[in-house]
Amino acid sequence: MTAPVAVASGLTRHYSVKEGLFSKPQTVRALSDLDFTLHPGKTLAVVGESGCGKSTLARLVTMIEPPTSGALELGGKPATPDRWADLRGAVQIVFQDPYGSLNPRQRIGQILSEPLKINRPDMKAADREARAREMLELVGLRPEHYDRYPHMFSGGQRQRIAIGRALMMNPAVLVLDEPVSALDVSIQSAILNLLLDLQEKLDLAYLFISHDLSVVRHIADDIIVMYLGRAIETGTKAQVFAHPMHPYAKALLSATPQADPGGKRNRIKLEGELPSPLADLPGCPFAPRCWKTQDKCRTDRPPLMGDTHRAACWFPE
Amino acid sequence: MDHALSEEVVEQVARPGRLREFWFYFRENRGAVFGLWVFAAFVFIAIFAPLIAPYDPAIQFRAHALQPPVWQEGGSWQFVLGTDPLGRDMLSRLLNGARYSFYVGIVVVTVAASGGILIGLLAGFAPRWLDALIMRLMDIILAFPSLLLALVLVAILGPSLTNAMIAIAIVLQPHYVRLTRASVLGELGKDYVTSARVAGAGLWRLMFVTVLPNCLAPIIVQAALSFSTAILDAAALGFLGMGAQPPTPEWGTMLAEAREFILRAWWVVTLPGLAILVTVLAINLMGDGLRDAFDPKLKRS
Repeated sequence: MTAPVAVASGLTRHYSVKEGLFSKPQTVRALSDLDFTLHPGKTLAVVGESGCGKSTLARLVTMIEPPTSGALELGGKPATPDRWADLRGAVQIVFQDPYGSLNPRQRIGQILSEPLKINRPDMKAADREARAREMLELVGLRPEHYDRYPHMFSGGQRQRIAIGRALMMNPAVLVLDEPVSALDVSIQSAILNLLLDLQEKLDLAYLFISHDLSVVRHIADDIIVMYLGRAIETGTKAQVFAHPMHPYAKALLSATPQADPGGKRNRIKLEGELPSPLADLPGCPFAPRCWKTQDKCRTDRPPLMGDTHRAACWFPE
Repeated sequence: MDHALSEEVVEQVARPGRLREFWFYFRENRGAVFGLWVFAAFVFIAIFAPLIAPYDPAIQFRAHALQPPVWQEGGSWQFVLGTDPLGRDMLSRLLNGARYSFYVGIVVVTVAASGGILIGLLAGFAPRWLDALIMRLMDIILAFPSLLLALVLVAILGPSLTNAMIAIAIVLQPHYVRLTRASVLGELGKDYVTSARVAGAGLWRLMFVTVLPNCLAPIIVQAALSFSTAILDAAALGFLGMGAQPPTPEWGTMLAEAREFILRAWWVVTLPGLAILVTVLAINLMGDGLRDAFDPKLKRS
């Protein structure tokens, strides 16, 4: 296998929130101790319900925020805040909402060439334009779109523009923060196919953040299932989908809609709510909602166990 | 790849220039166009007043004091809009007054807007404590009745048109600060700002290239509206004797001078008041049209 383009080890992000003027600040553990490796041409999907730290992960990998602890390596170089500026080109992001992610005052051409303008001031304006026009075609838009404003486009087209902008710097890693969940189903597939095409052409590594398992099944190579800021199961797509080991992963998979309405469904319904991320439970974070909980689960936190297909559970399936 | 998605009616028409596009959308609003024409007329008058005006605004025709306008009994074509108590031609004074009003408007708006936008941007991007400090300071300025504060400032600086303009600019500034800060905070949370950050945009670029253009629509409306506020306030200060000093033909000062003749000679009071009213109204109408035309969300694709 080729050298990884991004390696994260023990990535952790805590936020301190102050509720009142005199109350002690509390810590939100948005992301704890996450490890992963991204390889060129491969897609790592991160799945989990809202509030599980997916977007925090995106912010850390795209170097919008520094991690509280842990390290991120991009192309073999450590991504510490003092080196962010040099590594900007290596990681780019596509956001969920294509309506908020394009500057309404800029024409498409400006939007596409802005990353070059910032990072390659020596580049000639004509070269930038040529590159932007090339990109327009690459993401399936037409040359005359170059001079238009974002509000003249549909959601799917906007997402194409956002993908194009992210690719302008030739990144090795593309973080896709729920890139299709704001789109119509018919357009979702078009965008996913575009992403797959681009991955093949440009040998991109994708960090695909999603809560939609049918989308993940379509695009992912490897999967991380997250719960409350922690990875609770990791493995290849086949392993996780065929044989989920962690009860939460199992419950999550059972909630995927099925195409066959007459088919038998063993939907596992979880009781209770996601615990507050403010509370630092000593045991397994899933213990309060799990149907297999035993005393050990409440006192000792399970580490990720296994070789390629790993789960953080004392009693895996 | 699916070109079906990006397909639409094929149009080979070249994109209209920015100005033409702007005009196209501005034209839709009748009131705004009317306001623009009136405003253009006033700008024209302000620039060419000495050439258009039949007399020098300070010359006194003692034999013709308080002569009524031409259409009223006792009026003559020599003084179309009549004369004031000192025998000065009203038309010439009104035309020259336009100069002062526009001078005040432009200077005050420029000073207040540029300062306010800068401080507002700073407050929006600043850490919390600095933001709080700036905004509380602005709240203090806003807590005073604006004209009263302007009066106090002029009283300290000394009554003159320049000082009145400085005072009005200071009084109007907090509105710009608040407006800018509010829109900046609204924009900062949006993904396109984050993506500019991910692309490596520095603070200055984020402030002036990414965020500021998206905050301009309300600021432009505010600028147009405060242009008229500035004219009104300057007139009010003039009326109170704290602005332009006689014999300057400033509209507010003219009103003040003519106050005692309100019953005997309606034209000396009504005409400067009407001039202020028409100007302010036209600018307000134009401001609304500007807002509509500048907002890309209101444009049709």
